[in-house]
This record gives sequence, structure tokens and C-alpha cells, in this order.
Amino acid sequence: MRPFTFERAKTPADAAAAAARHPDAKFIAGGTNLLDLMKLQIETPAHLIDVNGLGLEKIEATQEGGLRIGALVRNADLAAHHRVRRDYGVLSRALVAGASGQLRNMATTAGNLLQRTRCPYFYDTNQPCNKRLPGSGCGAIGGFSRPHAVIGVSDACIATHPSDMAVAMRVLDATVETINPDGSARKIPIAKLHCLPGDTPHIETVLMPGELITGVTLPKPVGGKHIYHKVRDRSSFAFALVSVAAIVQPDGTGRVALGGVAPKPWRVEEAEAELPRGAKVFTARLLAGARPTPENAFKLRLVERIVASVLAEAKGAQV
Amino acid sequence: MHNPENAESPRGATDLTRREFLIAGTATVALTGCMGLGTKSATEMKPQQAAATRVSFHVNGKPCQLELDNRTTLLDALRERLHLTGSKKGCDQGQCGACTVMVGDRRVVSCLTLAVMHEGSLITTIEGLGTPEHLHPMQTAFVKHDGYQCGYCTPGQICSAVAMLREIKAGMPSHVTSDLTAQPKLTADELRERMSGNICRCGAYSNIAEAITEIAGRTA
Repeated sequence: MRPFTFERAKTPADAAAAAARHPDAKFIAGGTNLLDLMKLQIETPAHLIDVNGLGLEKIEATQEGGLRIGALVRNADLAAHHRVRRDYGVLSRALVAGASGQLRNMATTAGNLLQRTRCPYFYDTNQPCNKRLPGSGCGAIGGFSRPHAVIGVSDACIATHPSDMAVAMRVLDATVETINPDGSARKIPIAKLHCLPGDTPHIETVLMPGELITGVTLPKPVGGKHIYHKVRDRSSFAFALVSVAAIVQPDGTGRVALGGVAPKPWRVEEAEAELPRGAKVFTARLLAGARPTPENAFKLRLVERIVASVLAEAKGAQV
Repeated sequence: MHNPENAESPRGATDLTRREFLIAGTATVALTGCMGLGTKSATEMKPQQAAATRVSFHVNGKPCQLELDNRTTLLDALRERLHLTGSKKGCDQGQCGACTVMVGDRRVVSCLTLAVMHEGSLITTIEGLGTPEHLHPMQTAFVKHDGYQCGYCTPGQICSAVAMLREIKAGMPSHVTSDLTAQPKLTADELRERMSGNICRCGAYSNIAEAITEIAGRTA
């Protein structure tokens, strides 16, 4: 790990202002992803701003009947919150499908959204990676690409976003709240938080330097059957090959977002009109324009099959 | 003991441990091997002032004050500065669980958190759960059911298991919990899912599961 200076911020505004004073600073909350990357010198911040003391660990009802989740709410606490379990089951399910008990006790809501890809070429500093070292090339394209993205990719990068939680947040139409170093706040729909790689895969979100996530708001519950189905190489503690977050209403309409297939949680609202027509028609729309590699083309069929299984489960059929 | 750091150690002054004996032996060999190459003096190794931070926390009920290189993980602070070597460094990337300790009531992997992030924390390591004379019931159960082979993962397994039973009691759901709104029970599937953050390379899983199941039956 490279040496760095360290400070404990007291308020969100302090933290954002501290980040403005130190252009090479990073915020640290759970640390489960950042420290891992710092040990490998993939992340080399000159200054760390500990945001654990900001008092952002509340979960509160909003006036609109939704829920406001503080940025520092730990994944385990969010999954176990009675309102989340009752009204936003897909979020509980996605959270407990990720990581291990220990990591869920540490990882925060904001940190989970901002975690970086687990692409093995990103993690191996001997390999080219446009995300880690812009302009160095992509080892995954033409290399080992079984776990990689099939849609939303570019010639520069085919890495996936690894989060389960973010996929559920996407299907729930969450809003991310932030504060800037100048003290101004803004709200970013989760659909707009993550960027597709294009020519700049090192730019992963629309957050500005020093901008700090303070919370995530969920709109009023929409009812329906909440399902999160994750397929991975081990039955526990592994990243998704494909995951499907779904909210299906009794009339067969609903919403679906995918994990493990794209550089961001993948949802196409226009495709959802096809949901009542079944998994095949819907998936064809959802994945239109996909660019899989020979090694990960299986994900297209896998998505269709998981969606079919999810729709059957929602109808109450045995799966 | 001549080590001035013992002043800050919750272990306190004791006789030479097996570990210190081994380190002393290795250092002698290393020194012999490096003669004339020039080794860094202790002052050169000292962290720069700006890259060090003072932190106070409680470990196993005892207060500790440390001045630490900011890069020091909680695991390294426990092992290298406080000489609590029960918590083990396996993968050092949060995947094996050998370094599991409790911060407050919660199990965490101490390799993926910085010690300086724990100002005021109450930390419990395997040394604080039980002593050789007064084992924690979970330790007794691991011995009884032979829940280990080499023993390297055991402190992490035991800390994790104790905290995991509290999580079930608190009603926290897992990936295999069928009804999210019901109180979860410790079935075999629940146990295996909830303990998936602790790897046992020797494969003592069935005995580990028996030990935890026995204690769960008692505390349920």
C-alpha cells in the first residue's frame, strides 16, 4: 500500500470540502473494496477521508411513503430492515445474495454503488486495462471473457458492474442524493449514476470530484412479487454470472433489471411492455444490440432462462 | 519483557511466546544472511508523522492507545502491535475469514479495515472470547466435535459462528431464508450459507457444522 494521510470528517459538508482540498483524496466507509485495491496499488489515494462519523446510518420513511436510506447504512442492516423486507423484498434478496456475512456487516449503501469491477484484467497490474490505465488496451477482449459483459460494452472495455444491490435499486427506481464541495446538493436517478465505458472506461459514474453520496431514496412501494435470482459459479459468496431483479404484478406486467451482463445495472423500460408476452420476446428486446464474446455468449440464453423461471415463480408455479 | 510496545499491549507482560521465540530465531538467521548488505534502521522504518495517526479503542475489554502508520489494517495492529496472534492472516483480501473479529457485536474481516478507522470501537478477538482455562462454549464445542484439522481458520470460524448466531437471533435474513418476514431458524442450509465467509482448507466443515449446531440448540 502507498502511504497516505488520513482524516476523520465530522459532517458531510466537511467531508466534501476536505475532498476539494485534496485532489488525490478518496472517501473511505466500509473499505471492503477500496482497501483491497489499495493493497494491490490499483487505487493509490494520497489522502483518505474517513466518512464513518458522518451520522448517515439512518433509514427513515419519506413523506411520499418511500424510504430514505443513509449512505452509511451497512448492507446487513439494510437487508434486515423491517420496511425493506416487507415492501422492497427484491432489495433484501439482492443484498443477502452478495458477499459474506462479515462483508455485509462492513459494506455501506453508498460504497456498494461505487464498488469497482472484479474483471481479472483490472485486478492484475501486469495486464493491460483501459479502466486502470487509460490507453493501455483491454486484456479481456480476445482474452478470458467468460464473466464479462455482453451489452453496453465498447471496444475499450467489457467489464461488468459487480453489485447485486444496485440491480435491485435500479428496478426500484431509486434516487441517489449527493453533496458537493461547494455545499450544493443534487439528486441523481440511479439509471443516470453509472456511465457506459465508451472511450473512457475509467470514468464510471457521473459524480464530480469531491461529490459525496449522502443517501439513497426509494419511492413508494409498488407491490407485486419481488424476486432476485442470481446464478453464479458457487452457491454462495461469488459474483453473479447473471442476476435478475424483478417485480412482477398479478396481471403479468412488471419491471426487470439485470446484473452480471453490463457495465451498469441493465434495465430497458421500453422492453417491459413485452413482459406479459413471455421471457423470449421480452429478453430479445432487453438484450437487443448485445455484443457477447464467444466465451460469454451463453449469458444471452441464461438471461432468457432465468427470466422464464422468474416469471413462472411470480405466477406461483413450481420452479 | 524488553519490548517497549508491551506498555500498549492488552496481553501485558508474559513469558516469551512460541511466536516470539520463532521470530527471534528467524531474525537471527536473517541477520546472518544479510550481513554487510545494510539493513534499514528502526528510525528509517518509522512512518512519517503525516502518514501516522493516533487511535484509541478497546480490545477484549482493555483500552489501547496506538500511534499507527495509516496503512495498518486492524488485523496487523492486533497481531503485530498488540501481539494478539489468534486472529490469522490467510488471504488478506476478505475472502477466507481467518481474520474474523467482532467490532461491537458484529463480525468483520479485520484485514479489510484500517485500524485508524476504529476510534472508540469495542473489539473482541478470539483471545477475548475465552481462555484456555475458561473456554467459550463455542470453543468447547469445536474441541468436542473436532471442528478443525490444522487449526489455522479456527479462531475466525469461532468468532464468526458466535456472531452469526446473534444475527439469526436478531432476525437477519440470509440468501436461503424462504420467508423474508419470518424469524429465521438455524437449518443446515442456513448455517452453511451464513458461514460461507469462512473457508476451511482442511475441509472440516461437517464437524464445524456439528459444533455450531450444538451451541445453536442451546442458545435458541
